[in-house]
Amino acid sequence: MESNAHRNIDPNPELSDQQPEKSLSPFQLAMRRFLRNKLAIVGIFILIFFVLIAIFADVIATHSPTASNMYKVEAKADSENWLGTDSSGRDNFSRLVHGSRISLTIGFFAMLFTVVIGVTLGSLAGYYGGKVDGFIMRITDLMLILPFLLLVLTIIAILEKINITIFITIIAFTSWPTLTRLIRATFLSLKEKEYILGARSIGASDFRIIFKHFLPNAVGPIIVNATLMMATMIIIESALSFIGFGIPQPTPTWGNMITEGNSLRMLQNNWEAWLPPGLAILLTVLAINFIGDGLRDAFDPKSNQ
Amino acid sequence: MHGHGRALVLSLRRNVEMHKYITRRILQFIPMLFLVTVLVFALAKAAPGDPLTGERLDPNIDPEVYEIRREALGLNDPLPVQYWNWLSSVATGDFGKSLQYTGRTVMELIQARIWNTFYLSLFALGVTLAIAIPIGIYSANRKYSLFDYGATTFAFLGLATPNFFAGLLAIYVFSLTLGWFPAQGTTTAMSLTGFELFIDKLRHLVLPGFTLGLASTAAYMRYMRTEILEVKGSDFIRTARAKGLSNESVLYKHTLRNALIPIITLLGLEFGTLLSGAIITERVFNYPGLGTLFLNAIQNRDYPVIMAINLILAVTILIGNLLADIFYAIVDPRIRYD
Repeated sequence: MESNAHRNIDPNPELSDQQPEKSLSPFQLAMRRFLRNKLAIVGIFILIFFVLIAIFADVIATHSPTASNMYKVEAKADSENWLGTDSSGRDNFSRLVHGSRISLTIGFFAMLFTVVIGVTLGSLAGYYGGKVDGFIMRITDLMLILPFLLLVLTIIAILEKINITIFITIIAFTSWPTLTRLIRATFLSLKEKEYILGARSIGASDFRIIFKHFLPNAVGPIIVNATLMMATMIIIESALSFIGFGIPQPTPTWGNMITEGNSLRMLQNNWEAWLPPGLAILLTVLAINFIGDGLRDAFDPKSNQ
Repeated sequence: MHGHGRALVLSLRRNVEMHKYITRRILQFIPMLFLVTVLVFALAKAAPGDPLTGERLDPNIDPEVYEIRREALGLNDPLPVQYWNWLSSVATGDFGKSLQYTGRTVMELIQARIWNTFYLSLFALGVTLAIAIPIGIYSANRKYSLFDYGATTFAFLGLATPNFFAGLLAIYVFSLTLGWFPAQGTTTAMSLTGFELFIDKLRHLVLPGFTLGLASTAAYMRYMRTEILEVKGSDFIRTARAKGLSNESVLYKHTLRNALIPIITLLGLEFGTLLSGAIITERVFNYPGLGTLFLNAIQNRDYPVIMAINLILAVTILIGNLLADIFYAIVDPRIRYD
């Protein structure tokens, strides 16, 4: 009996190549699922296209985006101005190309800044709880009650002067609450987990626990939200620039280009002036939403219906 | 008999808990209301200028006169006193005078436009529900059909199109090219009366209404679809089917009722989205509502008007949220009161 049992144990270490493959991390699994999502891949290609245009704007543009030719205003498309000129005689095509740079930059940095504020406040509230949590959550509730656009416009009216940095700051300071709530909720759900207790009992610092144990678990929702938020930021920038309270002229953004369509005459006769920037926003936002939805399905396969 | 008594006790306990929840929710509403007024007051104080800024431009008046009037208006009082005075006048509907339209009170300006915004939002909400709910149901029942893919495509486009761009496209196609609907304002002629006036106003609402409702239509369509699919997969629907109920009966009596509860609750939170959207939509269609008034006030730094609109909308939204929560507590017996 005993000798049989011994025979079953293989003492030969050369068989190590039969061990199972090294298993993938949840993040790698998510990325694998993401890359199988066709719409998300389409979104990535569209986004790369616009990013390349933004990077090489100086090479692609045929004119200066801000120089106006007063002898040629509201012109139709021709071989000189591929998409005609606007009401100030500026080249629409060059403005469209350069507009991608401003719109994407603002969308990206407004998102990044918002994520930094949202994650910081959400972590503090979720980790420390108690009075800190109560205080942060009351402010969050308050911010969510005032309609976002109303608050942004009011602050713009108070500040009187607007440039790109101030603009991004205002947007970030008004749009962090949703993300803060999300991070807080994730932290609260992790708080009671045994491994957190374990980390605490061996004397890990608050900082270490937040960065090593909490945040990596929240990385999925953060990435998904940040992606979708960038689309929202691009829409917000364009809307504010359209109504004349965003990035001031002559700096081209897709939003303030569409302002040309405000006059019924331009709207009817010069589609070259307002339709392309509108479609550019639509395509960019659509692409980012595809990517965001793909990431959500990848990080949380249960949500996929 | 005994079982019946137990059920009664349970339902009574539920009732008490529900009332406790609603009372607590109303009690939470009061500090929030207070905080909102403090925020709006702080914004008003942060704004440059004071109620006399408009008159100060007159060089014939001695600066000392302003100091006396500032004192008389209480602008030199400590902030809490100023806040209290402001709050008591606001509570009676006195938001002060407009800086831009001299001699007109903020309340007059708002009263002249608030109904237009109300009609526009109501129209947009009607459009959203009338389109999103049937399409959501149909999509869910024919999951992955051609119709479902069509609806999904529409939803993606609807969510990706900025409000103002959709508005311009609508004007370009349905007004300038096809000539079906007017592009601007609320009426064609002042002379219209009765039914003709009503139809004319309605025709003016079509394009801005659909534009304002577009994004929510897309969102609710998706939401309704998901909700129906979720309810369909739940145990009580399986039980209903196992009892041999017809498809229609299961859909209308069981699935729909349960799927609609969260949708109706969301409507309470929809006020904010609609009112924010109205700001942009009204600008595109030159529609004389609160949004146009607000943008006009921002442009001319008419701070009393800006703060009044902020406060009115914030309070409206706060009440909307409260009603949504109370409604949810009453209709959904599964809610946990914590």
